[in-house]
Amino acid sequence: MWQYIVKRLLLMLPTLIGAALVVFLLMHVVPGDIALLILGGDQGGDINPQELVRLRTQLGLNRPLYVQFLSWLWRVVHLNFGTSLWTGTSVLGEIMIRLPLSLEVAIAATVVSTLIAIPLGTIAAIRQDTWIDYVVRVVSIGGLAIPSFWAGILIILWLVIYFDWTPPLEFVSLFRHPWENVAQLVWPIMSVGYRYAAVTTRMTRSTVLEVMREDYVRTALAKGLRERAVVVKHALKNAILPVITIIGTEFAFLIGGLVVTETVFTLNGIGRFMVDAIAHRDIPVVQTLVLLIACVFVVVNLMVDLLYAWLDPRISYR
Amino acid sequence: MQRVQRVLLHVRKPYRDTTPWGAICKFVRTKPLGAAGAAIIVLMALTAVCADLIAPYDVYEINQQLQFTPPSLAHWLGTDEFGRDVLSRIIYGARIALFIGLVSSFLGATGGAVIGVLSAYLGGKTDLWIQRLMDILLAFPLLVLALAIVSVLGRSIPNLIVAIAIPVIPRTARIVRSSALSAKENVYVEAARAVGSSHLRVMWCHIVPNVMSPFLIILTAQLGSAILTEASLSFLGLGTAEPTPSWGLMLSGGAPMYAEKAPWLAIFPGLAISLAVFGFNLFGDSLRDALDPKLRHRT
Repeated sequence: MWQYIVKRLLLMLPTLIGAALVVFLLMHVVPGDIALLILGGDQGGDINPQELVRLRTQLGLNRPLYVQFLSWLWRVVHLNFGTSLWTGTSVLGEIMIRLPLSLEVAIAATVVSTLIAIPLGTIAAIRQDTWIDYVVRVVSIGGLAIPSFWAGILIILWLVIYFDWTPPLEFVSLFRHPWENVAQLVWPIMSVGYRYAAVTTRMTRSTVLEVMREDYVRTALAKGLRERAVVVKHALKNAILPVITIIGTEFAFLIGGLVVTETVFTLNGIGRFMVDAIAHRDIPVVQTLVLLIACVFVVVNLMVDLLYAWLDPRISYR
Repeated sequence: MQRVQRVLLHVRKPYRDTTPWGAICKFVRTKPLGAAGAAIIVLMALTAVCADLIAPYDVYEINQQLQFTPPSLAHWLGTDEFGRDVLSRIIYGARIALFIGLVSSFLGATGGAVIGVLSAYLGGKTDLWIQRLMDILLAFPLLVLALAIVSVLGRSIPNLIVAIAIPVIPRTARIVRSSALSAKENVYVEAARAVGSSHLRVMWCHIVPNVMSPFLIILTAQLGSAILTEASLSFLGLGTAEPTPSWGLMLSGGAPMYAEKAPWLAIFPGLAISLAVFGFNLFGDSLRDALDPKLRHRT
């Protein structure tokens, strides 16, 4: 078991380096660099060519590409993620300001969506083609159809009109001001949670439907077990595996993928940071963020696989 | 040979007797939600085609006197910050959304299907390399890709179509590949090769028909999400550019800023997006159930 975990973590390295390399190359294909942007050249202003060369030398952008990449990699191995080319502050520090918020929204939205989705999906499946099933399906397809930015705009509109609400200016920590923190984040969490509940509900419904047709479920029903016991102990336990995969994938996506929600609710999170960094061609920040997101992805996948083995003893890892 | 054909005719007879009208009636009866989705799609397509006839005003006409007119008999859904009629812009928006949605899903799904069939048919090292490439594409954040495409190529509808189509390729390639792999193992494929059919002919006549149903399922499932992606990218300022009447763009500029003063600006375009995506998803779901229930959670 431990051997397996160590092996998986080692296998993760080439993936991470590959992802960082692809982003690095992509950022160099994109026209314009940060030196041009700092000097205001993007708007077509006049730039002093000598100053441009000086700035590029200062930022290390005139070195050959492989030197730039390898030196970045070498520093990362020493856990030195460098400084942002745009603000000059430490990349790690900038990320640590934003990570708690993104992490909190991602965890809370995942919990909310799972709590809604699993019961709803199960009920829809065991009452297939009844009005309950239709309502659940319409609500969940609706959740997929409503753009998250529009839901955000509507929620804010409603809050502003009826509760005289103003968007928060600064993020407060959950541990220092728990109440204010919840008041700030409850709406983004709800709008994201609804959307992901829709995805998970559909998945739960289809896997439970499949399992309910299995022989062992028919046997359990035939020997007179109550429907509730059959559904919870026999059906759900077997149907839950693919659902866990999708919950894990969503969680990994939520860490960096909430740009739209963060924009609407004026939250200072990882997604927004990534978009700004790309717009500024701030390569160290973009690469560190890609590493972070890829790491979360790989670790969550590993945890999902370990959970599989725990839930289904037939699966073993060597 | 003749006997085989007689048997085939006999087998196919029940299907032959159903007229298209009968098939539609059966679909409405057995899949009411799917039929509702189809109705929404037809309505949207009609709106897009007849936009010139039904739109009451010019979508580009700026009239500062009419700024922020609330919904009224003259302007059913009000006007925006430039005095442009919101209803007319939503009607023309259907054209943009449908065009981008259809073209990008079709390009992405077809590209993915071609790669999937080739990858499965050629097998070996080629298959391995193609699959690794698809993995990298899959792991890549869509937004980074869209940002890169937009900043390299500029903001325009064709570039937006490319940005939406590329992420569809690896998803389709994976699913089509797995169907093609099992189709390849059929004895008739070996037989076709043995009688001297070329590789291209085998792929086209014996493999492609087998992957048509996953292809169609992905195509319809992708239509809704392509429209949603278009709206999101336009909202973030990475998609269509003003003054194109695109739904996402209508929500991006003035709408959140003036939402309190002019809520109709924020409500109606979003309603249009949701309704369109809802229709495509309802229809796609029912089609998936009808064509291939086993594929339910692979897409």
